[in-house]
Amino acid sequence: MAQATAPRTMLGKIWDEHEILRHPSGPSLLYIDRDMIHEGSFHAFADLKRRGLKPRRPKQIFGVADHYVPTIGRKSNDAATPAIARMIDTFDENMEWGGVRHFSISSREQGIVHVMAPEQGITLPGLMIVCSDSHTSTQGALGAIAFGIGQSENAHVLATQTIWQSRPKTMRVTIDGVLGQGVTAKDVMLALIAKIGAAGAGGHAIEFAGQVVRDMSIEGRLTLCNMSIEAAARFGMVAPDETTFAYVRGRKFAPSEQEWDRAVAHWRQLVTDDEAVFDREVTLNGSEIAPMVTWGTSPEDAVAITGRVPDPSAFESSEKRKAVTKSLEYMELTPGVALDGLKLDKVFIGSCTNSRIEDLRAAASVLKGRKAVIPAIVVPGSTQVKAQAEAEGIAQAFQEAGFEWRESGCSMCAAINGDVVGPGERCASTSNRNFVGRQGPGARTHLVSPAMAAAAAISGCLTDVRRI
Amino acid sequence: MRAFTRETSKVVAIPGVNCDTDQIIPGRFLKADRAQGYGQFLFHDIRRNEQGELDPSFPLNQPGAENATILLVEDNFGCGSSREGAVYALVDHGVRAVIGPSFGDIFYNNALKNGVVPVRLPVEDCEALADHLARFPDAEVTVDLTASKVTLPGNLGTHPIVIDAFARECILQGLDEIEMTFTYMEQIKAFETDRIASHSWLDR
Repeated sequence: MAQATAPRTMLGKIWDEHEILRHPSGPSLLYIDRDMIHEGSFHAFADLKRRGLKPRRPKQIFGVADHYVPTIGRKSNDAATPAIARMIDTFDENMEWGGVRHFSISSREQGIVHVMAPEQGITLPGLMIVCSDSHTSTQGALGAIAFGIGQSENAHVLATQTIWQSRPKTMRVTIDGVLGQGVTAKDVMLALIAKIGAAGAGGHAIEFAGQVVRDMSIEGRLTLCNMSIEAAARFGMVAPDETTFAYVRGRKFAPSEQEWDRAVAHWRQLVTDDEAVFDREVTLNGSEIAPMVTWGTSPEDAVAITGRVPDPSAFESSEKRKAVTKSLEYMELTPGVALDGLKLDKVFIGSCTNSRIEDLRAAASVLKGRKAVIPAIVVPGSTQVKAQAEAEGIAQAFQEAGFEWRESGCSMCAAINGDVVGPGERCASTSNRNFVGRQGPGARTHLVSPAMAAAAAISGCLTDVRRI
Repeated sequence: MRAFTRETSKVVAIPGVNCDTDQIIPGRFLKADRAQGYGQFLFHDIRRNEQGELDPSFPLNQPGAENATILLVEDNFGCGSSREGAVYALVDHGVRAVIGPSFGDIFYNNALKNGVVPVRLPVEDCEALADHLARFPDAEVTVDLTASKVTLPGNLGTHPIVIDAFARECILQGLDEIEMTFTYMEQIKAFETDRIASHSWLDR
């Protein structure tokens, strides 16, 4: 293990602590504390079986069904098609074959992996966590190194509990000030990505810092780190603090009360040293951020809800001008049109970005007895979030407003379980990607916060939630 | 993994910045077994028109494109989802190298694990190559990993391939990474014993 004495970043400290060895040609062989797997892992299991191997450390692997699960019921045969049902059944079979602890579709712990893992205390400060899903960056919000990998890397982790990896560069994003009314972590991220671009943090790990982040709940921090990948950063992190420790304590897979003081003492040591230098520094003034909305087909295509659809000619690079022209054609939008008031066909509240209890509370608080005037669905991030929302009366508020109240899963964000936005339909979505066809072939996505999505549902168009 | 040493081929230019892995392979095809072949899903939706027919204007659908094993792409190619299916689709279609200004980090790693070489070249060189290909569609490019060089057509010159030395070594030899890592198992086990001792909750 490297014994650096120079000031280090949090990423550097956790990385050093997990470095088994460094190959003469550069990359580190890192120890993986916990690997999260989902239905898409069948390629990795096929690889293991072909080699005659089994998961080496099954206690450190956690499986959960999320990407393909139906949201209208809790059995695999509720799935939209037999092929989708087979994905869920195959997953259960693989988990049993591998002796891996897993949370099947009907389990109380089930949820979107990046929602249920923090909830269950699987995600902890100081850990090295991987999952074959790009939004694994979410889990860095608790002060862990957590990153998305492919299935070849996943097979390597299952077989060895390690991964070869080159140390990323570091970027600190400091958000000072105070967020205005109606402005959330989602808006902060859309503002950041609009500023630095969808490729802006490629090759970097982002550490979020500043007053806005310190004041933020764990739910908000999870949203920040979740969308790091939309700025091309595979890692997002927030230093663990009292908010983190209070969140983690007592959760199922967290340190026990006997282990607690020792764990926290160690976690306190992980924060970035005062003198540590980042490869890049970016600052945002939180007080200047407005509720945001995307108009195009990349998360960088975001503006304040008070803004207008841009003119392609306003962009500097010819590549971007071409891309914007194509985006607007796909989105069926004309330059200069005000976003506030743009008519919608659908609203989706859910995904690993914005489906936690706080997100649902924020959305429900906008309703105040008003009805949705377009089809709107709410898909809680986990079975536990669903139960909590039902206990708090939030589910009833949504249902009374005419929203569909579903079972948890990735649903209309990944749009591979059968929940899709139809061709040509325009959807305000609390998810993370407005890519061409992401929510279904021909679907048009506008990314917004949960409160903005609720406001959109009751007015039938994109709406500045601050007016509601 | 199939080893990669040197590849000379015509080049197909795929337009669009931020071409995400949903464009490379839409999510609904990710259920397929690899044995079915993922090449049929490559750029599935963007290479077809609204009627579902191959769009003759899409570069990959043009005559001669089917034999090209090298793609030229724009900034941030392969961003988005970590789906390795995107790389399977490229591999099964016959793609061996992808040249572009930048790649999504997860896509980049996935490509290397499957014997596809992602070549990062400055954006000016990529644009010059795109211009050249527009005039000379049959022009060839050589990606030579043995010499860590890429040779562009016309007077566009030879450029270094900047790639992690470890990844280069693995791909040159078509090395199986899991087997290689097993040779370090003594060190892994010793590390693990200490790690679990100080983090007992990992062993529950």
